[in-house]
Amino acid sequence: MLKKIRVGVSLAIFVLITFYFLDFAELLPLKFSFLAKIQFLPALLSLNVVILASLVVLTLLFGRVYCSSICPMGVYQDVVAWLSKKVPKKLRKKRKRYTYSSAKTILRWVVLGATLVAFLFGFTFLVGLLDPYGAYGRIVTHFFRPAYLAGNNVLQAVFTSFDNYTFYKVGIYGLGVFSFVVALITLLVIGFLAWKNGRTYCNTICPVGTTLGFLSKFSLFKIQFEENNCNSCGLCTMNCKASCINSDKMEIDYSRCVNCFNCIDVCNRSAMKYAPVSFKKKNIKEVAPKREFDESKRRFLSATVVTTVAATGIIAQKTTGIGLKKEVKRQQAIAPPGALSVDNLQNKCVSCHLCVSKCPSHVIKPAFLEYGLAGMMQPKLYFDHGFCNYDCTICGDVCPSGALVPLSKKEKHTTQMGQVHFVLENCIVYYDETSCGACSEHCPTQAVSMVPYKGSLTIPRIKPEICVGCGGCEYVCPAIPYKAIYVEGVSVHNKLEFEHEEQEEVVIEDFGF
Amino acid sequence: MDRRKFLRSLALTGAATVGGTVAVKEDGSLGIMTQSVNAQSSRVTGNYDLVAVLGGEPEVMFRRAIAEMGGMRKFIKKGDKVVVKPNIGWDKSPELAANTNPKLVAEVIKQCFRAGAKEVTVFDHTCDDWRKCYTNSGIEAAAKAAGAKVVPAHRESYYKRVSLPKGKRLKTTKIHEAILNCDKWINIPILKNHGGAQMTISMKNYMGIVWNRGYFHANNLQQCIADVCTYAKRPVLNIVDAYRLMKTRGPRGKSAADVVLSKALFMSQDIVAVDTAAVRFFSQVRNMPLEKVSHISKAQDHKLGNMNLRKLKVKRVKI
Repeated sequence: MLKKIRVGVSLAIFVLITFYFLDFAELLPLKFSFLAKIQFLPALLSLNVVILASLVVLTLLFGRVYCSSICPMGVYQDVVAWLSKKVPKKLRKKRKRYTYSSAKTILRWVVLGATLVAFLFGFTFLVGLLDPYGAYGRIVTHFFRPAYLAGNNVLQAVFTSFDNYTFYKVGIYGLGVFSFVVALITLLVIGFLAWKNGRTYCNTICPVGTTLGFLSKFSLFKIQFEENNCNSCGLCTMNCKASCINSDKMEIDYSRCVNCFNCIDVCNRSAMKYAPVSFKKKNIKEVAPKREFDESKRRFLSATVVTTVAATGIIAQKTTGIGLKKEVKRQQAIAPPGALSVDNLQNKCVSCHLCVSKCPSHVIKPAFLEYGLAGMMQPKLYFDHGFCNYDCTICGDVCPSGALVPLSKKEKHTTQMGQVHFVLENCIVYYDETSCGACSEHCPTQAVSMVPYKGSLTIPRIKPEICVGCGGCEYVCPAIPYKAIYVEGVSVHNKLEFEHEEQEEVVIEDFGF
Repeated sequence: MDRRKFLRSLALTGAATVGGTVAVKEDGSLGIMTQSVNAQSSRVTGNYDLVAVLGGEPEVMFRRAIAEMGGMRKFIKKGDKVVVKPNIGWDKSPELAANTNPKLVAEVIKQCFRAGAKEVTVFDHTCDDWRKCYTNSGIEAAAKAAGAKVVPAHRESYYKRVSLPKGKRLKTTKIHEAILNCDKWINIPILKNHGGAQMTISMKNYMGIVWNRGYFHANNLQQCIADVCTYAKRPVLNIVDAYRLMKTRGPRGKSAADVVLSKALFMSQDIVAVDTAAVRFFSQVRNMPLEKVSHISKAQDHKLGNMNLRKLKVKRVKI
């Protein structure tokens, strides 16, 4: 019974969160982003006290239920492990069974310690790399999602050929080699470990697993042996995907037990129960690990990072041989709206790529080295396939970790994430002397406007001080091979002020012709 | 049903009036009659080159204008596959006048069906994200409610290459398959200022049926606009929505300060004439010399129409 409930809850959350990443057509309402927000590390990073406290209390009451049911990476491993048992007997070398293994306590704490230290020193990359939710998000974004989109496009082709427009074609774009490779390796390594030995990742590497494992030692409800009923047959051990039951000694390592209830389900002699521990044996201590932030260290490190970014970014604009056109290269990556600053993004992002998946305009993709080593895989804006929609706030709305804070439409309109730059030499109006104005056409704030030039021609004039950095101008600029207009990121997002404009009354009484 | 009856009786009365008028007055005073601003005197004639209506709601002005043009049946035949092409370029609400008025679009669709259209398709190659444009412009909902099929236009695969033998700079371009496959299409732009082309009206609205707009901007925008209008399948009607116009900072606009509630509508088969009329109307709000909107004269050079409104039979109606 307990196992059935566990499986039901796990699958429901797993399917929904996976589908939330895939769902480009917004079939699931925005509310479903709570599935990402209840994940442990995002809640910790966004200092969401309510969720964090709930997860800690949940663990102290019932053990590692989070790992069992809420964490999508955990369920992914269960699915793989389940599949491994479904291999036909002919193909299997031996019967699939788990064995008890001793705890890798030192490894676990070293990894957790290293992650913590890396985080405190501003090297968030490691946190993002190991966070099970973030890692799973990347797997969905980089593998499952393209497959889902391709499936949609197949259906679209079929339906459209019958004149049915229920499905529409969607773009499938590469999101950078680095994040793809990281996601691939994560998928394969964790998948392989799960195929072989179940929850190995959770109980050796995962920093969240180690933390919650520590807490669950003190949890109220635990799986326990009914020593009188047990004949040490070992069935429980053979079915324990966490390898944490020593049936000979009738001992369970609670730091590794994820309360999957497989042991209870499989035991023929009712020798295992899930019940509150008796208080006489053990005092329950509620100890929640506190993470302290050393602001000065952080600042020092972020300064180092910024210097690194600057250093890697110093690629001078060079004049090329093609006429007098100038090559343009962005020096400062543009952090998505709601990032507040590159520092904030870097301190809090676990690179789950939910923003990348959800962006309807295809303008967010993982960075490589644009933010420096620590910011690898964190989201940046690019304008190859579109530009940031002026009224859209979805990236901040869905971000679970506070790396991108939710913005109202009005706040978004007054947030500057980048500034426009104009390169006269590359502009069509300048070198062809024909009308264009595509950049100004797309500008939502008139940071690019067309002013009189030669004859009836107009040429762009920029006002970087009122630019939001949406990239409409850069995306649409038809100048080749180099854009005549582009956006340069700002490391701290600025607040813009616009005068309120009134609609003036104009009465037209005649046709004018 | 009521409307249909009303229109039918309108058409009949109109025909009777014309018949009567011609029979009685053969001395050329008909010209004065048709030029009359008085809405009451001459109801329906169907012989105008251009109809301009001022002072009503979008659908009311359209009903009046199409009646003056001789009714939708003159343009749409039974069983026609029709495309209605509004401007849906921007993720903006109707009040901001960046897109064609949804009420007008719906009314045009309804009348196409009443005239016997087999199907009506609506699309635009948008500038902002197409899902947001279709939704927030109000056009998708209005068009679907009126019975039209709203189809996507955001991927190159929806477009097919056509050649434009008369084009000067634009010799070939990719046009949306809905246009290629239809029997008739109706062009419904909104009247707006435009940073690059100076004005965007009926001719500029063609840039929503083509895929590669960047080519236009990079290869003499004004000439390319005139060139694309040489595509053999011309719209059977150009209906300029000037219920609201965007006087400044177009085509996107920044705020309601760019918008004027101008309550007008222009309709013609002659794309050059209707755009000329619309520019001159616009000039009352903000000076806009026709020479600056040079794609219009370039289209006249292509013999696509006539900029000299005095040579045309123009009907002006104030509601």
